Amino acid sequence: MAEHRSVGIVQTRHWRFADPPNELALRSGVRLGPIDVAYETYGQLSPERDNAILICHALSGDAHVAGRHSADDRKAGWWDVMVGPGNGIDTDRYFVICPNCIGGCKGSTGPGSINPRTGKPYGLDFPMVTVSDMVKVQHALVSERLGLKKLLSVIGGSMGGMQVLQWAIDYPETVESAVPIASTSRLNAQGIAFHEVGRQAVYGDPNWHNGDYYDGTAPTRGLAVARMIGHVTYLSEHSMREKFGRGLQDRDEVGYDFGPADFQVESYLRYKGGSFVERFDANSYLYITKAMDYFDLVADHGSLIDAFRSVRGRFLVISHSGDWLFPTYQSKEIVRALQANRVVTTFCELGSEYGHDAFLLDDDQLRDTLREFLRNTQAAVRRRGSSRSRAPQKAVAAKTEHSPPTAEGKT
Amino acid sequence: MAVRLDYRMIEEYVERGAHVLDLGCGDGALLEQLISQNEVEGCGIDVDLEQVRKCIARGVPVYHGDMLEGMAMFEDGRFDCVVLSQTLQQTLEPCRVVQEMLRVGRRAIISFPNFGQWQVRLRLLLGGRMPVTKVLPYRWHETPNIRPLTIKDFLGLCRELKLRIVDRIFLTADYGRLPGLFANLLASMAIFVVEASPGG
Repeated sequence: MAEHRSVGIVQTRHWRFADPPNELALRSGVRLGPIDVAYETYGQLSPERDNAILICHALSGDAHVAGRHSADDRKAGWWDVMVGPGNGIDTDRYFVICPNCIGGCKGSTGPGSINPRTGKPYGLDFPMVTVSDMVKVQHALVSERLGLKKLLSVIGGSMGGMQVLQWAIDYPETVESAVPIASTSRLNAQGIAFHEVGRQAVYGDPNWHNGDYYDGTAPTRGLAVARMIGHVTYLSEHSMREKFGRGLQDRDEVGYDFGPADFQVESYLRYKGGSFVERFDANSYLYITKAMDYFDLVADHGSLIDAFRSVRGRFLVISHSGDWLFPTYQSKEIVRALQANRVVTTFCELGSEYGHDAFLLDDDQLRDTLREFLRNTQAAVRRRGSSRSRAPQKAVAAKTEHSPPTAEGKT
Repeated sequence: MAVRLDYRMIEEYVERGAHVLDLGCGDGALLEQLISQNEVEGCGIDVDLEQVRKCIARGVPVYHGDMLEGMAMFEDGRFDCVVLSQTLQQTLEPCRVVQEMLRVGRRAIISFPNFGQWQVRLRLLLGGRMPVTKVLPYRWHETPNIRPLTIKDFLGLCRELKLRIVDRIFLTADYGRLPGLFANLLASMAIFVVEASPGG
């Protein structure tokens, strides 16, 4: 793997909108406001404002895609291996945006936020949000806060890929290209099943109190178990065999007891569960998994072909051969329905034995594929733009309400 | 294949703005040329990820995968023309491939090496070993050509599948054009343009 450069020190920004009485109408009909959106941006917006790329994060992701928040930050952003100067999503060429989705707990409004009506955290009074609600909020950020009319690409894996599809359907005039990775147009029964087991673990935690735990002890035990189950579904038999095998943890033989972990894989899952609860809110986990379960473009539109009727931009659909949680056939369903609508579509199945998490790994296959696709898409958009600007037309008034976004990733 | 004569055939048989599917499109170079010169709407299918990436770099839409599986992505009559260059003999199910080509496309342009060419015949008859020639360069244990066929065999397939032959070109190993006479004996390669017969 080529050494990749970092975007450097970055910061999360915050934007508030939908202040009462102008709350945002959610899909359920419930009105939500005010809404906070946490987001990060990297790179420079071009003077033509034609190089913006939106990244949509997955279930447990956040706005912090790349770089570090401080010089001694131990961990880089969740897709630091793919986003940076000269990387697959090249911050030297593109202005990259990533918002935290609503319902989450990393700066955007979610069940842990203060309910303005009660002055206390929402808990389960937080309205059910859908993938299309998440996208609606992102669109508000992109168009109102950042003043962008076009996105060169919308890219996301897993639940991020669901948002990508929703973007292409709901805002076809904004999306020049869409890249759903390891995703689906509707979560399958197995995916819903694992989510439900995770939620049951939270419900069963005595500290959960029907979601009303913010002034007491959080249901960390249940959430940790949910995360452990999640991790199993993101890996594969192959990756666990390769990473742990039957290796023992800090001992030479099994303990024949129920104390500390015998096997490395147990220790790994305990560690992952334990660290997750420090950064994630159990109610957010419930809301976001539900949003994924409810996502169903077929149910929404009658058929997947009908769902994509409005789509205009080009598509790059990517799956991973070893992904058993979001199997390749689901990506192919998307491709078939796009083709039926004559959407310019490329499909790639990347070879990987590493399960669903493959899209987050440091992988040259994915890096090169994204790089080539984005470069070609940008060239095509600019060719079209220059041939159009030669034709006589009225000057488009520049948007001036907002200061133009600047590079926050550069220090 | 340095010169893809079947692409010249496409240029002859495809109107500007037509829709073309290239099975086994490789790096997409020739499809790209068609797209830019003939304003064709092109799409490729290839199993090799490295080649697929080259297509992406050129902006040629491509399906990464097996050709039958790839063609299943398209509705009936989506393409004006479907191209299969030098790979019919490498497919597990040649009949299905041809039928699928004519399901998703109005016309199929199919080229293949002719196993009935006299040198090939002689190598087997006199040498007693599986023929290795310029056009069929593989030894028996390494050849991808699992369904070798002759021009006569292809004509038989056309009858069986009720295909109408719109045009045909016979070529030497160096892409020189040959007349149709004794083509099965003389030609190293053949290119056929076929359509489904009306009602067939």
